[in-house]
Amino acid sequence: MQVVVCVKQIPDPSGTYTLDPETHFLVRPDEQVLDDTDRYGVEMGLQIAQAHGGSVTLVSMGPKGSMQGIRQALAMGADRAVVVDDADLKGSDALTTAQVLAAAIQRTGFDLVITGTESTDGYSGVVPQMLAELLDVPALTYATEVEARDGKVTINRQTSAGYDVVEASLPAVVSVTAGVVEPRYPTFKGIMDAKKKEVEELTASDLGVDTSLRQRVTAVEPAPEREAGVKIEDDGEAHLKVVELLQQKKVI
Amino acid sequence: MSEYRPPLEDIEFTLHHVADLPAVAKLDGFQHLDPDTVSGILSEAGRFFSEVIAPLNRIGDQQGSVLDENGQVRTPDGFKEAYRKFVEAGWAGAHIPEEYGGGGLPYTVGIVLQEMFKSANMAFSLCPLLTQAAIEALIQHGSEEQRELYLEKLVTGEWAGTMCLTEPHAGSDVGALSTKAVRQDDGTYRITGTKIFITWGDQDLTENIIHLVLARTPGAAPGTKGISMFVVPKYLVNPDGTLGERNDIKIVSLEHKLGIHASPTCVVSFGDSGEGAVGYLIGEEQSGMRYMFTMMNSARIGVGVEGLAITERVYQQSVAYALERVQGREVGAPPTQSTPIVRHPDVRRMLMTMRAYREALRGLLYLTARYLDEERHADTPEERKQAGEMVALLTPITKAWSTDVGVEMASLGIQVHGGVGYIEETGAAQHYRDVRIAPIYEGTNGIQAIDLVMRKLPMGGGEVVERLIAQIDETAAELRQSPALEDFAACLDDGVEAVSEAVDILLSRLQGSPNDALAGATPFLRLFGTVIGGWLLGKAALAAQRQLAAGSGDSPFLEAKIATARFYGEQILPSALGLVDSVKATSEVLFAIPDADLAR
Repeated sequence: MQVVVCVKQIPDPSGTYTLDPETHFLVRPDEQVLDDTDRYGVEMGLQIAQAHGGSVTLVSMGPKGSMQGIRQALAMGADRAVVVDDADLKGSDALTTAQVLAAAIQRTGFDLVITGTESTDGYSGVVPQMLAELLDVPALTYATEVEARDGKVTINRQTSAGYDVVEASLPAVVSVTAGVVEPRYPTFKGIMDAKKKEVEELTASDLGVDTSLRQRVTAVEPAPEREAGVKIEDDGEAHLKVVELLQQKKVI
Repeated sequence: MSEYRPPLEDIEFTLHHVADLPAVAKLDGFQHLDPDTVSGILSEAGRFFSEVIAPLNRIGDQQGSVLDENGQVRTPDGFKEAYRKFVEAGWAGAHIPEEYGGGGLPYTVGIVLQEMFKSANMAFSLCPLLTQAAIEALIQHGSEEQRELYLEKLVTGEWAGTMCLTEPHAGSDVGALSTKAVRQDDGTYRITGTKIFITWGDQDLTENIIHLVLARTPGAAPGTKGISMFVVPKYLVNPDGTLGERNDIKIVSLEHKLGIHASPTCVVSFGDSGEGAVGYLIGEEQSGMRYMFTMMNSARIGVGVEGLAITERVYQQSVAYALERVQGREVGAPPTQSTPIVRHPDVRRMLMTMRAYREALRGLLYLTARYLDEERHADTPEERKQAGEMVALLTPITKAWSTDVGVEMASLGIQVHGGVGYIEETGAAQHYRDVRIAPIYEGTNGIQAIDLVMRKLPMGGGEVVERLIAQIDETAAELRQSPALEDFAACLDDGVEAVSEAVDILLSRLQGSPNDALAGATPFLRLFGTVIGGWLLGKAALAAQRQLAAGSGDSPFLEAKIATARFYGEQILPSALGLVDSVKATSEVLFAIPDADLAR
């Protein structure tokens, strides 16, 4: 089973972000970390590959920097990585991103592609579905459980009410939610081995992807301040108001 | 309560610019250590300790380890699982040489792992620390067969080790111990006696425990000369490595302590129900004390790390609180507006004090670790000898100054919190209770001061201490060239002068009036530690300036390094300089009141 896991390097979320004043794009430091939500995908991929035999290849797009984030995923146990880094891809929209990833995955070959549901820095949340379309395979999204065997993949898809069981034949794209599995901590040996693993570096032209389509960020505004909460004085009927409020918010 | 965030930026800066990790990476055996690899190791280890180990600090304090009705020690909830992960991830043996199954990291990097473990959870960290000591004893003094049988699983962490020294009447004076070891026809020994204060003397984390026990053979010389060292496993180990019979070792009770509640401090009885527990001699009879000494430096440095680790933890917690807690009004604020307490100069002074000390301590600990690596791995015998002398000189300072400061900073951490700091829920009090043991165990700080003055200062006829002072002088001269650090340089100069004067006085007293030298030992250690701390902050500030001038690095971080050094020069160094007068004073006034009148 050839498993491909899409991962992304992002600025350390515990640090401070800056946006380029001209382009409004995120300024990316040399030292980026593995997007925490990608650890679930990597773990899922490793478990599937280990259970059925096979390998895990990481595919990533973005400025490679020091590759620290990629090494973190390799340290967990992935076998190799393909990183597409191209100045022409700066500010790519979701579709271009999906085209680049699809081309890189196509080139690598795959039975199963695993992604997170969305990146922690961009949050577009549409790349997995686009990727499936471009690869011409089924998209199984928001998985809280995944089983892949005998040429089939079955997932539990999270819904607002519970979950749907979705099944498709392989090859396929699966996006996994945080918590689908407990990501392992890289072992000391894994960290030391990671630097010896193969990392292939590609550009957009290596993949033949048209980079002319861009998104432009026209304006950025600070998020609105949080508003004060609602105070309900208890006159004996407060519970009804609380219930009503919770119903409005669709919590109950 | 607050989380522990590994201070990777300061750790890496200190490693590179104060401890000179690049020099360690040139030593034989460490050439694979490029900066990216070290970064990768530290960030992943940091994530592990903050996410897996730190969350158990509070519950460890509240539940504590307990002795169950079957005489088995039970650790607090979550410890077993976390320890299993620690072993699986391979952190236990990361800085043991590869030939013994370890990860082959230098101690200069290993000490950072220790720091992070201790910041995350000091009580928990003691289990691997003691195992470490047992591993070292076996590597250096064990027979081929003993290494074969015990090392592998100690290195992986599947087994743990302990050090059984103390007895009710043999603490600081370990030579008074009376545990007996009698040789049998098959070459093994039978051990009988009771040991107290045995840290992690029993637990449910590992399948076996390898106790190293000091005991006396029949007819052995009195005092420390007659002590031998034995391997006494909880379960005897068969020649094929499987576990055999349970040894005759009984946990009599656990102590109720001020802090480190998760660390079981055991009264251990050997040979309670028969002819004695089965023990195996390490090396030769009556050489146990010498073997102890070879482990002592790294064990003492390991305890010194606790002063640093807790200072780091309380600093993080205090800053977080001071930024959030709104109380009072800063000067110039409108009457209706309250301000976070971080705006008050006195709170600021407390925070800066913690900040400056944590960076000074980090510099000292990592530098000492580097000398330890050089002592073992430098190219020439002369280099190894010189590095070893530095380890010997710095170890008592590393242990005592760091832990004294650690206790003070934990106290200051409570102070920043005000009244709620005195209440357990904030967690500030736990750090204070936990770190309070550090000036006591592994040789009290008073003993460290005696060791420094009586044994270490006279090394090479005073040449070793002079070599260190010359290095400080060199940095001070460089600091004088920098306009921004001129005042700091002047203060460091005064410090060097005070230390030199104190050294001369003490060395001259060692001959004729040792009691006067002993009386000055503790103030001297404090003075020397404070000046060394200033030296290392000065080195860091100079490195920061160079990077700023070159336009590389993160400038707010680098500017903060310089400001921290300046603060230390203004607020901390001057207060230590007066200690030279305390060193000069004799022991006369200490004994001016007759013993019997002390109680009046």
